[in-house]
Amino acid sequence: MSKLAISLTVNGVQRQALVEPNQTLTSLLRDELNLTGTKHGCGVGDCGCCTVILDGETVNSCLVLAVQAQGREVMTIEGLAQGIRLHPLQQAFVDHGAIQCGFCTPGMILSAKALLDRTPQPTRAEITKGLSGNLCRCTGYEKIVEAVQDAAGKMERG
Amino acid sequence: MSRQFDVIGSRAPRKDAPNKSTGKAQYIEDITFPGELAGALLQSPHAHAKILDIDTSKALALPGVVAVLTAKDVPEVKYGVSPARYDENLFAMDRVRYVGDEIAAVAAVDLPTALKAVELIQVEYEPLPVLLTVEEATANDAPWIHEEYPDNICAQVEQEFGDVEAAFAQCDLIQEGSFFSKRQDGAFIEPNQCVALMGHDGVLTLHSSTQVPHYVQRTVAMVTGLGMSQVRVVKPYVGGGFGPKASATPIDLAASFLAIRTGRPVRMAYTREQVFLFSRARHGFTHHMKIGAKKDGTLMALDHQATLDGGAYSSFGIATVYYAGSLLGGPYKLPNMRYAGRRVFTNKPACGAQRGHGGVIARALFEQQLDIIAEKLGMDPIELRLKNMMETGDVTCNDLAMSSLGMKECIEAVKSGSGWGEKKGKLPPGKGIGMACGFFVSGAGYPIYRSETYHCTIMIKADEDGGGITVYTASAEIGQGSDTTMAMIAAEAVGIPLEQVRVKSGDTDFGIDLGAYSSRTTLMTGHATKEAGDNLKAMVLETLAGELGIQAARLDIKNGLIKISGGPVDFSAIRTGYIKEHRGWQDQPQSQELTFREAARLAYLRRGTLVATGKYKPPVLGGKYKGATVGTSPAYGCSAQVAEVNVDFETGQIIVERVTDAHDCGQAVNLTSVEAQMQGSVSMGLGEALFEEVKFDAQGRIINASLGEYHIPTVMDMPEVRCIVVESGEPNGPFGAKEVGEGAIMPTIPAILNAVRNATGLVLEETPLTPERVYQALKKQKGA
Ligand code: FES
Ligand code: FES
Repeated sequence: MSKLAISLTVNGVQRQALVEPNQTLTSLLRDELNLTGTKHGCGVGDCGCCTVILDGETVNSCLVLAVQAQGREVMTIEGLAQGIRLHPLQQAFVDHGAIQCGFCTPGMILSAKALLDRTPQPTRAEITKGLSGNLCRCTGYEKIVEAVQDAAGKMERG
Repeated sequence: MSRQFDVIGSRAPRKDAPNKSTGKAQYIEDITFPGELAGALLQSPHAHAKILDIDTSKALALPGVVAVLTAKDVPEVKYGVSPARYDENLFAMDRVRYVGDEIAAVAAVDLPTALKAVELIQVEYEPLPVLLTVEEATANDAPWIHEEYPDNICAQVEQEFGDVEAAFAQCDLIQEGSFFSKRQDGAFIEPNQCVALMGHDGVLTLHSSTQVPHYVQRTVAMVTGLGMSQVRVVKPYVGGGFGPKASATPIDLAASFLAIRTGRPVRMAYTREQVFLFSRARHGFTHHMKIGAKKDGTLMALDHQATLDGGAYSSFGIATVYYAGSLLGGPYKLPNMRYAGRRVFTNKPACGAQRGHGGVIARALFEQQLDIIAEKLGMDPIELRLKNMMETGDVTCNDLAMSSLGMKECIEAVKSGSGWGEKKGKLPPGKGIGMACGFFVSGAGYPIYRSETYHCTIMIKADEDGGGITVYTASAEIGQGSDTTMAMIAAEAVGIPLEQVRVKSGDTDFGIDLGAYSSRTTLMTGHATKEAGDNLKAMVLETLAGELGIQAARLDIKNGLIKISGGPVDFSAIRTGYIKEHRGWQDQPQSQELTFREAARLAYLRRGTLVATGKYKPPVLGGKYKGATVGTSPAYGCSAQVAEVNVDFETGQIIVERVTDAHDCGQAVNLTSVEAQMQGSVSMGLGEALFEEVKFDAQGRIINASLGEYHIPTVMDMPEVRCIVVESGEPNGPFGAKEVGEGAIMPTIPAILNAVRNATGLVLEETPLTPERVYQALKKQKGA
């Protein structure tokens, strides 16, 4: 198979890559662009730890072909912090003990980010719905929900 | 009872959390090496078959293939978990015993080539009868899955403590019940993966997603024939384990052999489906219990039988079958107990250890029966439990010593925390409330192999400039928070702020640590860390005392400052020396008191690099009877939970609406992490109670080997979980601390069962409590 040249914006930066026609967005990010914060837990859309934000919407990047990202804007977990300053969601996850093994964390935080972008002050039910595609085996989710609630409050207050 | 600490007991954020929040933390899949080869396994498509012939020639001929290994290419060494039950060969010799049994491994330039080569290996099989259930495997005419284990009995246990029959004769009530559970999957979110590298110095380095670097090191050394000193195992960040990652995997071993063969780094990874195939997770259990009680509720005796569907190999099974019995010795006073347990081989993936190892379903049935006994005797279930509860200092009939037991406090806490009094017996139809208790070891009293080895060793090195310390530990941070726990213990012991402590862990080069299993790390590695911290502090203070010309007993370190008792002492020479050394620096010490930094710098200048060590192994524990090594522990964590449920009579669906959870962890090292373990335990228990079941077809293939079809709890399934931390102060634990990682799961299933019974009157005997199962039971109840 011959490789295809694509160009896309990743975390605000224009990137070019040569990809196989069947290569996934997860693989493009991890293997070609070396953005290994995007995790790989199942490869078939079940776990959500490969979640990235594509043109403002969360997707399971293992279910998206790299070529489908042509000309589009991708945000990965690496795009959230400002230098060494954590994004308020990241800080809230740290402060609330919402991170244990951390393997679900990048996807979880990006799902929360997309949720807060849409719904800055979500109810508990809106939070659980927004995170329902992201599996976590460690935390029982309680501290994750608390972290999102806290971050929403802090971001609103600026 | 809780002491005043500076670091311990706080809610300090975890040290690893910031890097995990940004994607900087590296897991095995994020670490690559130049020149890597990709490995792949050929696994059996048959659940039980003879291997007549293996032809690898086509695979070897495929361009890009670098090596192909089968049983004849590796030493014929059996391995497993318990040395008494080594029954696995890396590659099948002449027989495969489950769908997924390993036959060959390939290394190639990339994964697609390796997978293609696996397809090209030709194996001629002669199918054998497939034994998928305990009944099939124990039928008279069943073939033996292992020649060495007649009648497919992997392990059998018979124990009696006290005189059960005599006790039954004095009882006013005899209650009997049975329970069946289904096999579960660990469902950690990061699939197992490893990379092996063979150096020209003769050292094999294996990077692996494991809970037990030390046991992996031993197994790899034993199977490859390399010395322990030639095998180094390094664990990067690990995406959860929960038990199934507590032994060497076939990919750990195959990648090692392929790296030795090719001289190149070899990466091997399980797909999610292969995680299910490897399994080593929760057994399917069948329990039967007969419990005798007096009219006043006094528990007199338990007669208990258990059968474990073990799958094709022993794995942890021998320990599992013992735990299934021994953990019922407490936390209630139970003077007489008889247990007959057996673990049976079947043609399914091997089961092993999973959170609450062996004890979860036994606990579920026992606690369910206690509720029924309470009802029959006209007692509140909480009253019955309190009446029989052991106290600190009690010893169970099977010699488990309750050196601390905050069980009553846990029960009182969930009783008031849940509003039990206002709810029990007063809820509308469909709503139910139930409670249960549980306890678990705080570290296995003995290593998996017979040895007098220390269970952990610690090295703490002070920075040469005195600014901080680094703890070197071979223990395994797998998400539970052990790195932060050790940092906090070291900070407290030395007397410095947490920010001045770094932890390097998970590398067998750092010492011995048996790993993250049996809820051992906080107590055991914590002990060794505390000892090393105490020693380091003593070294610093001794040097300082010499310099100041005073007794070391007058000195202490607190919050990074040197405390001098018994009148003022002139330390200006030390300070002046330090300031001169750091001319031009911006953070010169200015405090009234001398700092740890100055004292530790001085100690370095006088004695060279400061390294202190610590070690731990439990004292000789427990009884002399056969099997006494399983269940004995230096301490026991315990917990109580109240579950509130809603049962839909139309659909059979159960919603758990609220859980109130109290756990006695002795002393919280990190309060947030303790709650996090409690909440994680509740979610795993809830999944097991309501959804989780690995299912097979008639050929022994798993039909739901994905996280889409194997349902673990999502955020939508989780109720509000209210955590109450009880601290009884464990005398055998560092700073009073003991376990929380596994004991916390024990009450979840029975609390839900009891709540469902409260809502419906149903005594359900089988998990998971799927809507269909509950609906059928409701229908039967209506008809009856
Ligand atoms: S890896 Fe994409 S959903 Fe699991
Ligand atoms: S923190 Fe481990 S899976 Fe979520």
